[in-house]
Amino acid sequence: MSILVDTNTRLCVSGITGREGTFHSLRNRDYGTQVVAGVTPGKGGQDVEGIPVFNTFHDAVADAGANTAMIFVPPRFAADSILEAEDAGIALIIAITEGIPAHDELRVYNTIKKNGRSQLIGPNCPGILSPGKANVGIIPAAFFKPGNVGLVSRSGTLTYQIGNVLAQSGFGNSTIVGIGGDPVPGTDFIDVIGMFEADPETELIVMCGEIGGDAEERAAEFIADYVTKPAVAYIAGFTAPPGKTMGHAGAIVSGSKGTAIAKAQALESKGVRVGRTPTEVAQAAVALLGAAA
Amino acid sequence: MDLLEYQGKQLFARHGVPVPAGLPARTVPEAVAAAEEIGYPCVVKAQVQIGGRGKAGGIKLARDRAEAQEHAEAILGMDIRGLTVHELWIESASEIASEYYAAVIFDRSAKAPLLMLSTKGGMDIEEVVEDDPDAIARLHVDPLLGFQDFHGRRLAYEAGVDADVVRQVGAMLARLYDVFIGEEATLVEVNPLIVTPDRQVTALDAKVTLDGNALFRHPENAALRDPSGEDPQERMATDRGLTYVKLDGDIGILGNGAGLVMSTLDVVAQAGGAPANFLDAGGGSKADAITSAVEVILSDPKVKAVLFNIFGGITRCDEVAKGLIEAFAQISPQVPFVVRLDGTNDQEGRRLLAEAALPNVHTETTMDGAAKRVVELAAAL
Repeated sequence: MSILVDTNTRLCVSGITGREGTFHSLRNRDYGTQVVAGVTPGKGGQDVEGIPVFNTFHDAVADAGANTAMIFVPPRFAADSILEAEDAGIALIIAITEGIPAHDELRVYNTIKKNGRSQLIGPNCPGILSPGKANVGIIPAAFFKPGNVGLVSRSGTLTYQIGNVLAQSGFGNSTIVGIGGDPVPGTDFIDVIGMFEADPETELIVMCGEIGGDAEERAAEFIADYVTKPAVAYIAGFTAPPGKTMGHAGAIVSGSKGTAIAKAQALESKGVRVGRTPTEVAQAAVALLGAAA
Repeated sequence: MDLLEYQGKQLFARHGVPVPAGLPARTVPEAVAAAEEIGYPCVVKAQVQIGGRGKAGGIKLARDRAEAQEHAEAILGMDIRGLTVHELWIESASEIASEYYAAVIFDRSAKAPLLMLSTKGGMDIEEVVEDDPDAIARLHVDPLLGFQDFHGRRLAYEAGVDADVVRQVGAMLARLYDVFIGEEATLVEVNPLIVTPDRQVTALDAKVTLDGNALFRHPENAALRDPSGEDPQERMATDRGLTYVKLDGDIGILGNGAGLVMSTLDVVAQAGGAPANFLDAGGGSKADAITSAVEVILSDPKVKAVLFNIFGGITRCDEVAKGLIEAFAQISPQVPFVVRLDGTNDQEGRRLLAEAALPNVHTETTMDGAAKRVVELAAAL
């Protein structure tokens, strides 16, 4: 097993006719993901290397049976595209787009929550990879193989770094989920950690957080209350000064809130091991799974 | 994007939030002319994006022309906690019966706007919260529903504002919410919100943070960016479309992806070094972006050594190598570089660097090893 994406995924890409959209759609298909449709208003009837393009998500669902959406359109069009996918009844929406206005994200998040029929991953995320099954997004799949570590992260390249040190220690992954670095992620750590807890293939959960917000602190509480599997965490941004946005819109220490040290302490107080470097995360994983095996 | 007080007040005025009459000034003669127009008594206020202006002597009451001139001369050019005062706001002086606090905050944890109201305004609100958390009334607004009049009444009663201004305070909150939504702010804060002796409710200060990602919908707000308040390296980076944050140390850092760069800063600090900056060259960086980034990093004279930490996903390591080679051709850096290339096309990237044989460029294969090496090189200088 795995979570969120697998061989049953039928992907429709919004923005498939753009340069990046085409490139990554084809890469995802080359990996084995069923990319069944694309959406670009005005280009319905065309195709991208055999992938049919529709004018609307509703057509893509009706004619191609899409059940998962990937959003690749520029920030000013992204909220509309996510809401269209939701309106079309698509169950899983993965928004790669970076730079969506915060108030758009608020409206999108609350609409999706109220209607209760879709799960939004991102925005500003690298996507989801279930090694050997499906890759939806921009994660470089070559570094990862199937295995028993579930990895959830707010950052793309840091995921690759940590995934790579885990791979060098002999671990593979059940699923890698990038939840994104924006202030209002559609899906939080606790949602994904809950899915990993329920996934029989996942034996260790690795969570990769960063400064800003309180998602890591809430994850610590959640793990203490509901998670039986071993968990390891990493937090980036110990040296980040307050008041400065560190690249991700969501990565900012405001006053005394959202610091890396507070997050690490919250996790450690609930018995979650926190690696101070990516290498230490891999060492902790070896120690835990070695002990568990 | 943080606005200056007077810019916030100008936004307020557009949404019907009552503010005292005022005029901006950049020179002493402008300030005196503004004071003459506003009338006396007026207040000469330093415009810098930092709290504690009053305590620092950046806010003064002027009762006549001579005092307006004297205060403008003293405050323009003044240093307030590291920021130089370039602008003044000359404002009609207000009489104060009560000082409240009001705010609309983008609450990312609740994923909803948070309204706050307190009758303990005029002081540091974080201290108020620490001493007495109940002194602030709080209420989330469903963003799909929007602000309703009952929200204002509930908060006003809960905060315990004077009975005769409950309606006015409620109306004020409605307008501040309008500012928050209409201008796509992430923070709208008024401290103090005052009640005058003739029972008018007025915003005496304005702290507004706008969402930089939404400025394309608000071109008039985009023009409010204040480059004079920015660090020169940060301004150079912004102009080049790079994400750069200046730090205090001497080791320049370049990486791809915000999380990896933050992690790189931490690993360098653990190895005993002090990062000079955060620089995210972004995903899919081409050679010219790398060249440009090297120029930004080296424009900080404190930088003694530079670390490249690249884990290629979309970013291709050969492009990074080409960018570094081009940077050496253009600006011939005098400091050592440590380059760690891993991921997409890493072998090609390392081969290009080896062939170029750039002076004082060292390659490493792991992040930990690269951090250790750059700290050693910086310390040796």
